[in-house]
Amino acid sequence: MARIPLQFRLNGSEAATFCEPAETLIDVLRRRIGDLTPKWGCGQGTCGACTVHVDGQPQLSCLTLAQTVEGRAVRTVAGLPNGPELHPLQEAFMEHFAAQCGYCTPGMLMAAAALLERNPRPSREEVVEAISGNLCRCTGYQPIIDAILAASEQRRTA
Amino acid sequence: MSIEFRKDLFADERDDNLKEVGKPTRRQDILGHVTGRSPYYDDHLFDGLCHIRCVRSPHHAARIRHIDAGAAERMPGVVRIIWPSDVPRNLNTLLSLLDFGKDDEPLLAPDQVRYRGEPVLAIIAETERQARDAVAAVRVDWEVLPHVLDVEAALAPGAPVVNAVYPGNAFEYHKRYNHQKLRFGDVEAGFREAAHVVEGRYSMSPIEQAPIETCGAIAAPEQNDRYVCHTSTQALFFSLGTAAKLLNVGSNRLHFIGGTVGGGFGGKVDSLHEPMALLGAILTGRPCKFQFDRAEEMQVGAPRGAEVWYLKDGIAADGRLLARRFVGYFDSGAYTRLSSYAVQKATGHLPGPYTIPNVYSDVFCVYTNRTPATAMRGFGITGVDWAIERHMDKVARAVGMDPMELRILNAYRDGDMKAHRRVAKNCALVECAQVAAEKAGWPLSANALAASSLTGGGGLRGALPAATATDQIGRIGPEDGRPVAPLPAAVTERAGPAPRQPHPAPAPERPAQTQSRPTQGAPGGAPSGAPPATPGPTPPQQPQPPLASPEPYRPAEPFSRGVRRPGTGRFSSLSGTRRR
Repeated sequence: MARIPLQFRLNGSEAATFCEPAETLIDVLRRRIGDLTPKWGCGQGTCGACTVHVDGQPQLSCLTLAQTVEGRAVRTVAGLPNGPELHPLQEAFMEHFAAQCGYCTPGMLMAAAALLERNPRPSREEVVEAISGNLCRCTGYQPIIDAILAASEQRRTA
Repeated sequence: MSIEFRKDLFADERDDNLKEVGKPTRRQDILGHVTGRSPYYDDHLFDGLCHIRCVRSPHHAARIRHIDAGAAERMPGVVRIIWPSDVPRNLNTLLSLLDFGKDDEPLLAPDQVRYRGEPVLAIIAETERQARDAVAAVRVDWEVLPHVLDVEAALAPGAPVVNAVYPGNAFEYHKRYNHQKLRFGDVEAGFREAAHVVEGRYSMSPIEQAPIETCGAIAAPEQNDRYVCHTSTQALFFSLGTAAKLLNVGSNRLHFIGGTVGGGFGGKVDSLHEPMALLGAILTGRPCKFQFDRAEEMQVGAPRGAEVWYLKDGIAADGRLLARRFVGYFDSGAYTRLSSYAVQKATGHLPGPYTIPNVYSDVFCVYTNRTPATAMRGFGITGVDWAIERHMDKVARAVGMDPMELRILNAYRDGDMKAHRRVAKNCALVECAQVAAEKAGWPLSANALAASSLTGGGGLRGALPAATATDQIGRIGPEDGRPVAPLPAAVTERAGPAPRQPHPAPAPERPAQTQSRPTQGAPGGAPSGAPPATPGPTPPQQPQPPLASPEPYRPAEPFSRGVRRPGTGRFSSLSGTRRR
């Protein structure tokens, strides 16, 4: 099968690989580049565990053809921390017990980060809306919502 | 979130210096979770990783006449096909590692399928998509067979046999019964004594565990003739033993590595993926991954089994439960997996947290052509608990009593004898009900408010009933196809069969020692009696109302686990058929 060269920015660095025509972004990130932070949960766009940012917008990497990110900026959980410092959302998730098995956590964090970037002071309803495409089987969502609100508070006071 | 301990209720039972309980704490693995670095099984990269996908049955039950995999074999990327004959020891039951039950389930079904989605063939290909395409190109000639999807229908005469290993469509307990028994006191006498008799039927559907990470495993050849296996299993050594058995290799040749489990809830103990991935690695010499996709996780992944329960209660005019009878059907699906154990858990849980002097239970582990059931969050307990509590509400309505008061009146007190012959201790249902009523603004009577788990128990409530049927004389099911054992001639017929008895002509039930029981004792012909060796005044075998005395129950000797618990030895064995 013909391989296609693919270049894009991943978490601020240049990434270059080859992919196949029907290959999805999650497979390129995980298998070809080795960024294992996006998680595969359904392959059909229902669980949200594979959520990444493409040019700042949250996107399901299991439904995104890899070729479509040519020349664009992709961000995963690996790109959330600022050097050694964790992102406020990561701190808040740790503080508020917002993860149990942890499998949905990368997708939740990316959905929440996209929300806070476009709306630094969301209401609880807006938080619920922002993570409504992300399934969590363990926590019951409330600790996750609390953590996202706490991270937005922290940003407000900082 | 603050936790209210209500230590006032058990002030003398424990001190207040808890260092960790009730205080927020941080998970030890949370940093890995929020940075995406926690190692799930699929986070291990192997060059040249192959993918395994299965050809699955579209039918609930069918015989395989012929499989044509020629076209699939020639498709691009296909490395090898795994046939049932490639599995070194293609028959297993999960609990065989505990010597419990007979091998009844193949890894790949060789001649017949027993549930929709059962795998008959596996294809190893270089990419997942190639494996999918090849699976779609396999042609199977099915001879569709009659199937049964309902537990009671499966036990009816003439029902299709799901699995010839258990031709009666039920697991065998103690090598002679097609159900697990519990006998305590004499329920029929309790029903005769009762002012009210309340019956109910309760049923629960299967529930999928639905972890966000689907089940899977990756296996690869290692140095020294070993194979490494990264797996999502919840039970690493269980999966290791199962894989070693199916593959007929020493477990020292299998290097199992667990990791973070992306949600389990019981659904990741079945050990289907590890042997298949390992077999792929053994047959091809390449790393192989076998993973459920989401549709497989939901359709083929084993759920909590469905349950049907019949309850019949006899209740005194003042609301005390005199007798409770259960007949339960646990839907195991096509194979046993853990359902035989679920039934034993359920039986050990009966009759719920209530002191009832006469309890009877028959619980069947039933085979149907549904997806095999497995562990899930209190499986065997939650279903029957739901049935019991719904029934308690029904009883409360029938006797015209407040449902909270009914529960408080009948709740275990410390020192009471439970139906499975252990003394109740550290009881707290009374207090839980009182606090729940208080929080909900639910008015309780002075009696209910004054009740305590610490007082009123023990004494006659802590004694074993004199007239308990032992299983040697109780109703006997078919024994491995042999004729039903004849009962002693002195035993008299008794009415009161369980609803829709699945097997014809159940043998009557009456323990021999009840034949000579004295008739004096409790008024109204209540079942009563004394052990033969101790003639004299007989304790009435009725639920005793909790004593008014404020004296807390104190055990005569410290409680100890092990063989010295009261009543032990009445049953020959706690487990069922012991066979490798």
